[in-house]
Amino acid sequence: MPAVQETVEQVRAIDVDQYKYGFSTDIEMELAPKGLSEDIVRYISARKNEPAWMLEWRLDAYRRWLTMREPDWARVDYPQIDFQDMYYYAAPKSNAAPKSLDEIDPAILETYKKLGIPLREQEILAGVAPENRIAVDAVFDSVSVVTTFKEELKKSGVIFSSISEALHEHPELVRKYIGSVVPTTDNYYATLNAAVFSDGSFVYIPPGVRCPMELSTYFRINEQKTGQFERTLIIADKGSYVSYLEGCTAPMRDENQLHAAVVELIAHDDAEIKYSTVQNWYPGDSQGKGGIYNFVTKRGDCRGARSKISWTQVETGSAITWKYPSCILRGDDSQGEFYSIAVSNGAQQVDSGTKMIHLGKNTRSRIISKGISAGRSQNTYRGLVSAHRRATNAKNFTNCDSLLIGNACGAHTVPYIESKTASAVFEHEATTSKVSEDQMFYCMQRGLTQEEAIALIVNGFVKDVLQQLPMEFMVEAQKLIAISLEGSVG
Amino acid sequence: MVMNAITPIRTPAEQALIGAFGALRDSRPTSAALEGLRIDGFARFEASGLPHRRVEDWKYTDLRVLMREARPLAVAPDASVLLAAKVALGRLKRVGGSRIVLVDGFHVPDLADGGALPEGVTVSDLAAAMAQRPEIAALVTGQPATRANIAFALNNAFLTDGLLIEVAPGTELGHALDLVSITSDGAPRLVTSRVVVVVGAGASAGIVETHCGPAGVEYQKNVVMQVVVHDGATLEHGRRQVEGDQALHLATLEASVGAEAHFDSLTLTTGAAVSRSQLFVRFAGEHSNVTLRGVSMLKGRQHADTALVMEHAVPHCQSRETFKHILDGEAHGVFQGKIIVQPVAQKTDGRMMSQTIMLAEGPSMDNKPELEIFADDVACAHGCTCGELDADLMFYLKARGIPHKEAEALLVEAFAREAIEDFGAGPLAVVEELREAMLTSVTDWMRARS
Amino acid sequence: MSLLEIKNLTAKLAEEDKQILNGLNLTVEKGQVAAIMGPNGSGKSTLSYVLAGREDYEVTNGEALLDGENILELSPDERAAKGLFLAFQYPIEIPGVGQMTFLKAALNAQRRKNGLDDMPTPEFMKLVNGRAKELGISQDMLRRSVNVGFSGGEKKRNEILQMALLQPKLAILDETDSGLDIDALKIVADGVNAMRSPDRGFVVITHYQRLLDYIKPDVVHVLSAGRIIKTGGPELALELEAKGYADIVGKAA
Repeated sequence: MPAVQETVEQVRAIDVDQYKYGFSTDIEMELAPKGLSEDIVRYISARKNEPAWMLEWRLDAYRRWLTMREPDWARVDYPQIDFQDMYYYAAPKSNAAPKSLDEIDPAILETYKKLGIPLREQEILAGVAPENRIAVDAVFDSVSVVTTFKEELKKSGVIFSSISEALHEHPELVRKYIGSVVPTTDNYYATLNAAVFSDGSFVYIPPGVRCPMELSTYFRINEQKTGQFERTLIIADKGSYVSYLEGCTAPMRDENQLHAAVVELIAHDDAEIKYSTVQNWYPGDSQGKGGIYNFVTKRGDCRGARSKISWTQVETGSAITWKYPSCILRGDDSQGEFYSIAVSNGAQQVDSGTKMIHLGKNTRSRIISKGISAGRSQNTYRGLVSAHRRATNAKNFTNCDSLLIGNACGAHTVPYIESKTASAVFEHEATTSKVSEDQMFYCMQRGLTQEEAIALIVNGFVKDVLQQLPMEFMVEAQKLIAISLEGSVG
Repeated sequence: MVMNAITPIRTPAEQALIGAFGALRDSRPTSAALEGLRIDGFARFEASGLPHRRVEDWKYTDLRVLMREARPLAVAPDASVLLAAKVALGRLKRVGGSRIVLVDGFHVPDLADGGALPEGVTVSDLAAAMAQRPEIAALVTGQPATRANIAFALNNAFLTDGLLIEVAPGTELGHALDLVSITSDGAPRLVTSRVVVVVGAGASAGIVETHCGPAGVEYQKNVVMQVVVHDGATLEHGRRQVEGDQALHLATLEASVGAEAHFDSLTLTTGAAVSRSQLFVRFAGEHSNVTLRGVSMLKGRQHADTALVMEHAVPHCQSRETFKHILDGEAHGVFQGKIIVQPVAQKTDGRMMSQTIMLAEGPSMDNKPELEIFADDVACAHGCTCGELDADLMFYLKARGIPHKEAEALLVEAFAREAIEDFGAGPLAVVEELREAMLTSVTDWMRARS
Repeated sequence: MSLLEIKNLTAKLAEEDKQILNGLNLTVEKGQVAAIMGPNGSGKSTLSYVLAGREDYEVTNGEALLDGENILELSPDERAAKGLFLAFQYPIEIPGVGQMTFLKAALNAQRRKNGLDDMPTPEFMKLVNGRAKELGISQDMLRRSVNVGFSGGEKKRNEILQMALLQPKLAILDETDSGLDIDALKIVADGVNAMRSPDRGFVVITHYQRLLDYIKPDVVHVLSAGRIIKTGGPELALELEAKGYADIVGKAA
């Protein structure tokens, strides 16, 4: 409840310039030579001192990528990307292997502080109840600069580190799971990522362990002309539980920057992974200049019986979003969930949704998608629900609603619903409408301004999804939605 | 992009179709109006070949796989064929007034039945009308979305003539026209036919198509109906696809609906081994409404695809799309429906529903209900359900002493009825008759299962 | 100065040509309860919507002064901040927006526009709970989304709750009695009567005299074809009830 109030305040407080994370940090960086080649792949691998098998894996992916073509089926439109005109590796020079926070460039710490993500544990601890603590892996351009609360997590057996570090400390785990959900051959951007990924987070929760705190990664693109290719791998072993949050921002720049991440989740028997994203990459200006191309492959594998993977996403940023967090429901009685809010304004283009692939018996999935389009944006929900022959008694419920604000935007729904099993029960419903004039008038008659009324109604529209977010994120997300819609009426 | 660069390997069916076009061009020169269509249609086909699963609109109906061979083109029916057709027609219950008959795609006025055409209705040769009337030629050419469709292109490529049915403005028909398209027994052929229906302003008309043919013959049929419902007019359109069990049936219905007009179309599908029913419907005038509905009952290894595009190109129109699939055996049902709302089409009200009941473990159903919306002041929705008969309802009926099969039949009939019962709001006597015929078909189909 | 003064007001639906209000004149004094009665289609609801500022209506002539200030150019929220409240005939459902959230947002919006700080949450809770109790509104209703899943009577009581919280200068009750059974009608009327004060005016729009048994009007106006055609005391309502509208409307025409 206070969050709505804050939202309303936030709406009032904002200036024309809505993106408040648009500052850049001036810091000396080490950049790989511009462009992409086998040498660059070798360079990245060498910089990370990777084992030989990892380099081979990357090179395989790179060679494969050269034979692939960019997908064109999504409802997004952008000029050809020049893959030779960007940097694939950018690391703060001072980050040459910091042993402790004291060795990290203060400018980076300051950046995260400004973003509201304190990295000094004593700062986090001040005034926060232990159960509300969040461990953070901070990824700055191509590298992880610090991971907090590692030692404490280790006590319960949880491994939380950058993936580069995991490659050295737990090579057997990484080797066993990496690419097992999103194979290197999966799709154009995932394959590119496999070749050039520079960092990301690694999480392993041992059997029976409930992760004692929320884990999160905060991604920040800072450098110009740089692509960010991170790879996240989360393994929840039998009977374990983890809730993971992801946040992202970037400076305001006139150029488009590419972000092509891969996230792989593996849930073994009785394990549960809850993955939440608040995506707030720079969306470009109101004329569509600049902004991040967010081409991301996220997939969870409910490998074990009774496992559960839940995706929640709040997508407000990026010039283009191309993203379908999916669940492979392999284990019998496993469950997949997808809760999504996608807000587009200005010239943003969103093509997002999910895939729920029912392979095991008695598998269940639920999709709640709320799309809000304003300005001249195009917002598409694209989703697949399928039940294979073996997936007896599979169940899916899908609800996908779109709200239009203004008459220059578009809202599209493209669901694929495929059943090969009579006992599977699929229910799908979708609606598209505009913000009701009756509701607006009612709110305004009670004294709310037009902007407050929109914020209130939209927050009501997305409530089912917001409730899935951890508390701190929910407040953040509510504000973000209001800010994203700023200027959409009037 | 890359794919276009590769010269595709022609399947035997594609090779046969290319050969057939050449032979037809040499043997049957037609009027300039038709010739243009034929060449354009063939060029489109030649460029893309038979549609396959990588072509999004044909994702679930891969004609490269489902149409292994192309049959030789049908020829004008001779006396013995006509006699056989007459016998077959005698067994077909009439569900309208005047009957118009096509045999192997050729119009046979001698087989017309059910009395003279009602006043205000004219039936003429399409090619002649196209040559004389530019508006008819333009209509036959088709809307852009239809033209881009390969089944339509193939129909054009093999078009030698067609039928133009016109209902004069203001005419109110008491009975629907009964259009029967029958395919003859014997060696399997590829039948192509084209019917254009123009309902004049303020007129009220009905037309029922029945598509039938012999069992056990792998004939192929590609039919196109193009409809214009002018301002203030009403058209009730029924369609019974009861083709022979080995047939391949491709049907395209294109409709343009004027202002304050009504168009209601109901398709019943029980026939053919492989069928696809395409609907391209477009609002051309404001304050109109369109209802599209279908019931498909499939068994064995039957495959039936319904692909519809409902385009709201003007404001203040309402569309309803209701489709039901009842699947048995290892049948494969497909529903792809798209509602498009153009930027100008404010106050659009569109609702689409696709529902499936599976009666066995073997069938599969693919649904793709799409909304593509570019106007903000709209209320659009689609729904989709898929599953078995409701176990609670089944139990309830059985608890009341109703045997399993009968309980199934009752529930399936109720399920199908939802799509059928409010068909045809107009005053046509035929509609009641057709509704009953459709419901009887559902009952018969269920009975034949056991 | 009168609380509300409507002068020669003409209005129509924005999308149509037909005038619904045709030179309407009406004055409501502070402390007064003015009933407006009229047959269906006489323009009763239009009047309430035009005063509250609904966009579908277009004012083609005239003015409406609240405390001497013309409000017709103001947006609905500005009018609300000036103390105008409309109890809707058909209260709107807002899925996903909690009642408390809504009430608090509305109350604080008005406070802010009038230069006051937000009401502290404990005080707000106490206030709402107190008013809710008087109107028989359960805690469960307060936890639900605005008007979602409410019965007709619950929606109307909810309108009165909002009015009690916002303490308007001028309250317009649009057919508040429609859809209410006798018990609910009493509760609603009690809620309104409790708010009668020398500083506040009410415009009670109704089709039937029944409501006026419970909310005693000071003056009764008859609206027909978009104009006030007759004004009288409470006895006029009884006369209407006995003779029907046809008689009076006929005489006036």
